[in-house]
Amino acid sequence: MKPSVTRWLADYGMIFVLLLLCAFFSVVTYSEQSPTGEAAAKQVGAAIGEQFGKTARVLIAASDQPDDAAFAAKLERDLASAGATIHAVVKGQPKDAREALQKIAASGGKLDAIACTQVTGAWLVFSDLKTDFPALGEPRVLTPRSYRWPNFLKSENLLNIANQIAVIAIVAIGMTMVIITGGIDLSVGSLLALSAVLTAKFIRDFAGGAEASAFGMFLACAAAVVLCGFIGGFSGAMITRFGIPPFIVTLAMMLVGSGCAYILAKGQSIYQIPDSFVWLGRGADLLRMPNAVVLMLVLYGLAHVLMSRMKLGRYLYAVGGNREAARLSGVPVQRVLLFAYIASALLAGLGGVIMASQLKSGSATYGNMYELYVIAAVVVGGTSLSGGEGKMFGTLTGAFTIAVIQNGMNLTNVESYTQKVVLGLVILGAVLLDKIRQR
Amino acid sequence: MTTTPPLLEMRGIVKSFPGVQALRGVDLSLCAGEVLALLGENGAGKSTLIKVLGGAHRADAGVLAIDGRETPFDSPQDSRRAGVAVIYQEFNLVPGLTAVENIFLGQEVTRAGFVARRQERARAAALFQRLGVEIDLDAPCRRLTTAQQQLVEIAKALAFEARIIVMDEPSAALTAHEVARLFEIIRELKRQGIGIIYISHRLEEVFAIADRVTVLRDGRNVGERPIQRITRNEMIELMVGRELKDEFPARSVTPGAVRLEVRGLRRGRAVRDVSFTVRRGEILALTGLVGAGRTETVRLIFGADAREAGDVLVDGRVVAIRSPQNAIAAGIGLLTEDRKLQGLVLGHSVRENFGLPNLDWLSRRGFVQLGTEREEFGRYVERLKIKVPDQEQRAGNLSGGNQQKVVLAKWLARNCDVLIFDEPTRGIDVGAKYEIYLLLNELAAAGKAVVMISSELPEVLGMADRILVLHEGRVTGEIADARRATQEQIMQLAVA
Repeated sequence: MKPSVTRWLADYGMIFVLLLLCAFFSVVTYSEQSPTGEAAAKQVGAAIGEQFGKTARVLIAASDQPDDAAFAAKLERDLASAGATIHAVVKGQPKDAREALQKIAASGGKLDAIACTQVTGAWLVFSDLKTDFPALGEPRVLTPRSYRWPNFLKSENLLNIANQIAVIAIVAIGMTMVIITGGIDLSVGSLLALSAVLTAKFIRDFAGGAEASAFGMFLACAAAVVLCGFIGGFSGAMITRFGIPPFIVTLAMMLVGSGCAYILAKGQSIYQIPDSFVWLGRGADLLRMPNAVVLMLVLYGLAHVLMSRMKLGRYLYAVGGNREAARLSGVPVQRVLLFAYIASALLAGLGGVIMASQLKSGSATYGNMYELYVIAAVVVGGTSLSGGEGKMFGTLTGAFTIAVIQNGMNLTNVESYTQKVVLGLVILGAVLLDKIRQR
Repeated sequence: MTTTPPLLEMRGIVKSFPGVQALRGVDLSLCAGEVLALLGENGAGKSTLIKVLGGAHRADAGVLAIDGRETPFDSPQDSRRAGVAVIYQEFNLVPGLTAVENIFLGQEVTRAGFVARRQERARAAALFQRLGVEIDLDAPCRRLTTAQQQLVEIAKALAFEARIIVMDEPSAALTAHEVARLFEIIRELKRQGIGIIYISHRLEEVFAIADRVTVLRDGRNVGERPIQRITRNEMIELMVGRELKDEFPARSVTPGAVRLEVRGLRRGRAVRDVSFTVRRGEILALTGLVGAGRTETVRLIFGADAREAGDVLVDGRVVAIRSPQNAIAAGIGLLTEDRKLQGLVLGHSVRENFGLPNLDWLSRRGFVQLGTEREEFGRYVERLKIKVPDQEQRAGNLSGGNQQKVVLAKWLARNCDVLIFDEPTRGIDVGAKYEIYLLLNELAAAGKAVVMISSELPEVLGMADRILVLHEGRVTGEIADARRATQEQIMQLAVA
C-alpha cells in the first residue's frame, strides 16, 4: 500500500468501525415496512391511475391517525387533479366506512377502487364487498405495497441520529483542539447549561419573552455565547499565566458554571420563548437536513481547514506535541492555548443555544455529564489524550459512533441501564482497537 | 582459543522501522572483562542495536545468546534478567526521585511489603563507594549534574548485578576531567569481570579505553579488530566508507562590525555577569566546564528564560527580548543542546518541524502555503543531505545526525543574523560533523554572527575565531586568537 493510503487509514480507521456498527444495526433492524402518509398516498394514487385511468371512481378510507390524515389529504388532492371521481373520504372508524358505502350504494353510485392505508385495508367492512354491497359493482381494495428495509437505515432515523448528536459533536470540536494541545476541558457541560439558561433568560427578560423578535433572539444567543467565551478566556488565563493544570482549572469552572446556571434560573426551567426560536434546533431548511446538523457540518469543515491548513492549527499541534520545542521555535504558546480554551467555551455556549432551541427552554440541568460524552467522542475519534495528535473528522466519526450505538440500542429495545454498560465497553473497545492497529 | 562461549553473542540481528531498514543482519560478541567499542556514523544502526539489546526494540530476526544460551530479549525486563544494563544517552532517571530511589526503582528492597529505606540507602552508599565517588543520596536527581546522573545510572546497573553494561555516548556531556574519572570507573568494572559496550564518536577515547572495535555502517558490520591493530584513520575510513582529509575545514575571515552585543546578563547563580560581543563573520566559541553557565547564558539571550538584568543589542540597537518570539523577530536563532526535548516535535513529520519557526513567512492570511513549504524543505533536504524517505517521515524515526540536520534546516531557512549553536556536534559522527563545520564557516562567510557552545576542546580550537571561557556564571577569560590557543590554556581558565 502507498504510504499516503496507510496514513489515511491510520487517521480515519474509526470510520470502518462506524460502518461496521451501521451494518450490524441495519441487519438487526431489518423488518417489514409499509409506506405511510404522503409516500403511501403517492403509491396508491399511482396504482389507481394505472388500473382505472382518469375515470376512476374512488373511496378513500383513512383512520383518525395524523399519518393517515396526511395520506387522505394528499391522495384526495392528487386524484382530484388527475380527474378521478372521489365519492367519499372516510376519516375515522370502520363504522364510518360502512355508512359511507351504504350512502354511495343508496344513491346508485359505482366504485372502482377503495384506497386504503395499511391499517384501513385490514378493516372487516372491506373484506366481502361483493356480498355486502352488490350495488357498488366490483371495487378493488388498494393498499400501499409493503417492502423490507432496516428501521435503522430509514432516512428519518439517520437524520434523527445526526440531530441528536449535533450538540455533542459541536462541543467536541473545541474539545479536540484543547486535547490536541495536551489539555482537557471539563467545564463544557456546565457552560452548555449556563449558555442555555442565559439565552432563555435574556429572551425572557430583555427581548420581550414569547413575543421576541428574531433579531432580539439572535442578540440573546450571541450574548450567551460570548459570555461563555469570557469564561473560557478566564480558564485559559489561569492555565497559561499561573500554570495551574487544565484539569483543575476546568474542574473548578465546571462547578462555578453549573452553580451560576442554577442561581440564574432559580432552579427552574425558563420557557417564555417564542415558538419561532426552535428554528435552529428543530427546523430543516436545506435538503430536509436539520439546521443544527447543517451548522455542525459547516463548523467541522471550518475546523478541519483550520487544523490542517492554517498556521494556528499547526501551532495547536506543535504546542501539544512538544511545548518546549514549540516555544523555542517562536510559537506564541500562551496565546495558542488561550485560543483553544476560548474556542472550546464558545462552542460549548453554542451547544447550549442549540439545546435551548431544541427543547424550547433553558434549564440548568442541561448538559449534565456531557463533558464525558464529548471527551469520549474525541478519544474514540483517535485523538491522543497526551496531545499533539488527532483529526477533526476523527472526532466527528467518534461522535457518530456513540450516537449510532445509542440509537441502535434504542431501536432494538435495549434497556437504558444496559445501554450505559454497553456504551462504556464500546468506548474502551474502540480505543483498544485503535491502539492495536497502531502497533 | 578456548571453547568458553562469549558472555554475549548477537547473530544476524535485523530490525526495520516504517521506511527505514535500521539493521540488516548485525553480529556482535562480547567477552567478560572486555571493553568493546561500537563505532559507526549516525544512522549506522548503533542506537537501534543497543535498543534491541536493552529490550526496548524487538528484533525482526536474529539470535541473542548469553553464555552461549539463547535468551529472549522481548522486553526491558528480559534484558535486565539476562544481566544487561543499557545506559542511554538520555538517562532513564525519574527526575523527582532521589539517587537511592532511582537506583532501586523496580527492584526495591522490601521488608514485609514496606520499602526498607535505610537498607537501600546503605547499599547505594556502598555502590558509590565501590565506584569511588560521592553523591548526595537525598537530592532529587534533577538537581545532580549530568556526570552525577551518569554515575547513578552506573550504580543502578551494578545494583542488579549487571554483567554487561552498555554506554551510549557516555562522555558526550562530560568535561575532560569527568571523562578521566569515568575511565577509571570503567577499568574497575572490567577488573570485576563486567563486559562493556562503549559507544562514542570521540576516537581518542576509544583508543584510551577499548580492547576491541566493531564498526557498523548502514546497518551492517564493516569491520572488527583488536584496538592494537587499527589506526585512527582506518577507523574513520571504515565508518564513512571513504577517505577523510582534515577534521576541520580551513577558512579565512575578516570579521566586520559588531553584530551581537550582550551586556551584563544575569540570572540567579547560573549567570552572574556575562558581557561579550560577536562580529559579523565571526565564530565565537563559548566554552567551560558543564555547569559553567554557557547554555544558561544563551537561553537568556534567546529569551527562553527571563533575565534579571542585562541588555541584548543587535547591530548596535537594544532589542527588547522577553520571549523566543522576540528574539526570532530580532534575527536571533538558537539550536538547542537537546534536540529531542527542545528542538523537535518528535511525533510530527520532518516537514512540519521544518515549518514551525518559518510559518510566518510560509503562510498567507493565516493559511500555510503547503507547496512552498514542501519546496523549501526539499531544497534543504538536498543541501544538507538529510536522509529521509519522504517529507512526511516522523522526526522521531530519524537517527540523531539526521534529526540535527532537520533542526539546522529549520533555522537556516529563517535566515537569522545571529545563530547560536549549543553543542551542535554532540552525538554526531565524524562525517556529519565535518558537514556541520563547513556549514558554520559558510554562515560566518555570509556575514552572520555565530556563537558556538562546545565541550570538545579540539573542536573549539579548530573552529572558533575567538574563545570565551566561562566559570560559575562569569567570563573568566577571553582568547582573542583561537588558532594559537592550546587546550591547557582553556582548561586553566575553565577551572579558575
